[in-house]
Amino acid sequence: MREVAVVSFAQAPNVRRDSDRNEVEILMPVLHEVRQKVGLDRSDIDFVVHGSTDFQAGMPFSFVAALDAYGAWPPINESHVEMDGAWALYEAWVKIQTGEVDTALVFAYGKGSPGDLPDVMRLQLDPYLLYPLGVDPVGLAALQARAFLDSTDHTEADMAAVAVRDRKNGTSNPCAQVVGDFTVEELLSEPPFVAPLRRHDCPPISDGASAVILAADGRARDLVPSPAWIRGIDHRIEAAPLGNRDLTVSASTRIAAEKAGASGDFDIAELHAPFTHQSIILEEVLGIDSSTASVNPSGGALCANPLMVAGLTRVGEAAQRILDGAAGRALAHATSGACLQQNLVCVLEGDG
Amino acid sequence: MANNVAIVGIGQTKHNTQREDLSMPGLVREAAKRALEDAQMTWADIDAIVIGKAPDTFEGLMMPELFLADALGAPGKPILRVHTAGSVGGSTAIVAANLVKAGVHERVLTVAFEKQSESNAMWALAMKIPFAPPLVAGAGGYFAPYVRAYIERHHVPGDIGIRVAVKDTNNGLLNPYAHKQMKVTYEDVRDSMMLWDPIRFLESCPSSDGACAMVLTSESHAESGQARPAWIHGMSWRSEPTMLARQDKVNPVAGQECAKDVYAQAGITDPRKEIDCAEVYVPFSWFEPKWLENLFFAPEGEGWKLTEEGATALDGDIPWNMSGGVICTNPIGASGMLRFAEAAMQVRGQAGEHQVDGASTALGHAYGGGSQFFAMWVVRDSKP
Amino acid sequence: MSEGATEDLVTGIVVPVSIQYDYTAGEAASRFLAHIPEKRLVGQRHGDTGLVYVPPRGSDPADGEPTEQDVELGDKGIITTFCVVNVPFAGQAVECPYVCAQVLLDGADIPFQALIQEADVEAIHAGMRIEAVWVDDDDLAPTLESIRYFRPTGEPDADPASYKDHM
Repeated sequence: MREVAVVSFAQAPNVRRDSDRNEVEILMPVLHEVRQKVGLDRSDIDFVVHGSTDFQAGMPFSFVAALDAYGAWPPINESHVEMDGAWALYEAWVKIQTGEVDTALVFAYGKGSPGDLPDVMRLQLDPYLLYPLGVDPVGLAALQARAFLDSTDHTEADMAAVAVRDRKNGTSNPCAQVVGDFTVEELLSEPPFVAPLRRHDCPPISDGASAVILAADGRARDLVPSPAWIRGIDHRIEAAPLGNRDLTVSASTRIAAEKAGASGDFDIAELHAPFTHQSIILEEVLGIDSSTASVNPSGGALCANPLMVAGLTRVGEAAQRILDGAAGRALAHATSGACLQQNLVCVLEGDG
Repeated sequence: MANNVAIVGIGQTKHNTQREDLSMPGLVREAAKRALEDAQMTWADIDAIVIGKAPDTFEGLMMPELFLADALGAPGKPILRVHTAGSVGGSTAIVAANLVKAGVHERVLTVAFEKQSESNAMWALAMKIPFAPPLVAGAGGYFAPYVRAYIERHHVPGDIGIRVAVKDTNNGLLNPYAHKQMKVTYEDVRDSMMLWDPIRFLESCPSSDGACAMVLTSESHAESGQARPAWIHGMSWRSEPTMLARQDKVNPVAGQECAKDVYAQAGITDPRKEIDCAEVYVPFSWFEPKWLENLFFAPEGEGWKLTEEGATALDGDIPWNMSGGVICTNPIGASGMLRFAEAAMQVRGQAGEHQVDGASTALGHAYGGGSQFFAMWVVRDSKP
Repeated sequence: MSEGATEDLVTGIVVPVSIQYDYTAGEAASRFLAHIPEKRLVGQRHGDTGLVYVPPRGSDPADGEPTEQDVELGDKGIITTFCVVNVPFAGQAVECPYVCAQVLLDGADIPFQALIQEADVEAIHAGMRIEAVWVDDDDLAPTLESIRYFRPTGEPDADPASYKDHM
C-alpha cells in the first residue's frame, strides 16, 4: 500500500441557516482555502471526489452544480458518492492506491436548512414497511438510547456528560454552531424531547461544507512538514432493519476498527456521534481510553452536524491536529444511516 | 499496486416499463444473483459491494444502499454508493474495479439499478426551483437542439437518426433482456411521432425498470467464472461544467479527453480498426453519429457516414450497440453499467444472438448530465 | 407459485411523500433577480476570463471564481439552436407545437433555454434575432417567469460566426 496523508483541511462555519449563500457560494471559499493552505493550483490536483445527497438539497443532480464551485475546466478526473464525504475520502484513498494519481481533493457539502431535515431523512427508511409508520431518525435514536440504558449500567447522566464535554470543547472551535459551558445537573433538569433523549442529546441541524486534500508519499512531505498519514481506513455496514442488529453495540464499527488497525492509544479521537449515547457506544467499541485520549476536541457532531459533511470533518479535524503538531496519533470515525448503521474508521499518524 | 482486474460474472434483469413483480430489493437481487451464478460464487465470496444509481428522487428513497444493504448481502462488509448522473452505471463499475486494481479487495460485486416506476419520473426530474429559469421541455427538449446543431453544422442527411433507430431496435430483438421487443422498419421510425423535432418517438429511449450487476476480481480468482474472464485494459472518467460559457455541447471536450485517456491505457491508436465492437450510451438515435466522432471512430463531421454505410450494424466492420442499446432499454442508473457489461459479455463470448464473432476488444461507454460526465472502459479477452 | 397465489400478491402500495423546501437563491442569483422587476437582465463575470454568465449562478464554472462584476445585457439576442416540441411538458401551459430554443443574449457568453412564441414555427432558425416579451408591469416579480417568452424582432440574422462557439 502507498503511504497517503491528509495535507490540508478547511471548512465553512457551521450555521443553522445560511440564507444568503447557496451551496456553490458556501463551497467556493472552502475549496480555495484548502488549496491555498498547501499552495496547490487546480492543475496540481489529480483527482476530485465529493459527497452530497439530492434529497437534502431538494433537487435531482444537485452535485452537478457543486462542481461549479471547484471549476471543472479543462475537464477533470472526478467522481461523486451519494454518501458522507468521509466515504468520498475513502474513494480518493483507493484511487491513490491504484497508482493513477498522487493528489486528490475531497469535499462535502450539506445544507440542512431548506427542508425539514428529520422529515427528509425519513426517506432513508424502508419505503414499504417503515416509512409509512411516520418514524423519524430522532425517534429511532431514542429507541436505541432506551435499549442502551436498559441493557447497560449507563445512565442519562452519562449521556449528559457527553454533551457537557463536547459542547465545552466546541467553545474553542470557531466553526462550531452550538456550544456552551453546562453542568450535567443543568442539562438533566431539562424536560425530555423524545424520551429518553433531551435536546442536549441530539445534534443541531446545520448548513456546512468541508474539504480535505490527500497526497501520496513524497508529494505529501513536499507540501507540509508534518503530514497526517492514513495508516488504516475501513468502513462497514449493518442490516437496515433495527430488529436485525444489536443497537447497543456497533458491530460494524468493531469490524472497521479491526481492519483499520485502530487499536492501542490515541492522542485524540474525533467521533461522528450525532447522539450522546452513540458516543458512549462508539468509545466502548473502539476501546478509547478517555483518561489519555481527548475525545472530540472539535466539539464533534453535537456542536455541528451538517449531513454528508460531518464525517469528513471528523477526519479533517483529527488530521489538523497532527498537521499542527498537537497530536501524534488520531482516530477519526464517520457514520451514516439510522442508529449507526454504517461506519468508517480512519487511523491517522504523524511522523514521530 | 495496479493489479489486473477481471470481469468474471455478469447478470441483468429482464428490463421493462414496470417490474411490478419485484420490490427494489428484488430487482437488485435478480441481477446480482445472476452475476454470482455466472461467477460461480456465493454471497459469502464477496468482499465488498459498490452500488450506483441516478437521482434518488426516481424511487423516493434517499441513499438506498442503506435500505438495500440486506438484499445485497452487505451486512458486515463495505458498501459504496456512486452517483455521477447518467454515466453512473459506468462510474460505479470503475469505482468497483479500482478496489481490485488498488489491491484493497479481491472480489467485488457491483450493481446499478433504476426502478423509475416507483415514483413519478416527471416529478423526480423536474422539481421547480423558484429562481431557476423555467423549464420548457424534458430531456428530449434539452438534447434535441444540440442534435439540430450537429445536423446543421455538418450538413448531415436527415435520416441518419432513423437508420440508427432501426438498427438498434432490431438488435434488441436478439437480446432477451431488452425492454423494447419490436421489429421496426425504416418507414415505422420515419412515420413515428416527431416529439422534439428533430427527434422522433422511435428514435428515443424508453423509461425502464432494471438492474445490472458484475463480479470483478483480481487475477487469482479470474478463472472462477462460467466463461473466460474479460480483462480491463483501460478505464477512465472525465467531467466538465454543465453550463460553461463557450462550451461545445455537440462534441464535448470531456468525452474526447476521456476517450483519449482510455485508448492510451489500452494501447489503441485507431479505435475503428483496433476495437471489435462498442456498446455506447445512445439514448436518442442521433447520438450515434455524434459519439462516433467524439470517440474518434470517424473524423469530426463524418460519423454519420459510418452509420449510413452500415459499418455500425451487427454485421458491419465496427458494430455499435449490439444489445439494442439505450434505445431499447433505459433504467437510467443501470444504463451505463449495461453498456460496460455488454462490452465484457462480447469478449467473453457470452452475448448469444447478438454476439460479434471473434470479438476480443470491446469498448463500453456511458455519459450523463447534459453531455458533461463520461465514463468508459476497454475490455479484452486477454490479460494486459 | 400458483396463479391463485399470484393474484393475492401486493404489487404496490401508494406512499405519499410531501416535503417543503425553502431554497436559497444565493448572493449572485439574488443580485440578478433584483433587477428583473425593472425589466433589466444583468449578467455577471469575473475579471480573469471576462466571460459573461446569465443567469449567473455564483461562480465561473471554469475556475470556481465568484462572478463579481455586473454587466448590463438588455433583453435582445439570438437563437443559437432550437427544437420544435410536439409533446406537452408537465406544467407547461403552451399549446403544441411550440419552440424550445437556446437563447444567447447580446453581450452574454452562454445561452439559456427559453420558449419562443409569436412566430411561425416553420420560420424559426438559428441566428434569428429575438427579444423578451415581459409580463404586465403589475405582474413583474424577481423571477425569470417575468419573461413570458421571446419573439422574433424581424431584424437581419446574426452572422453564424458570431455564435458558433456559443452552443
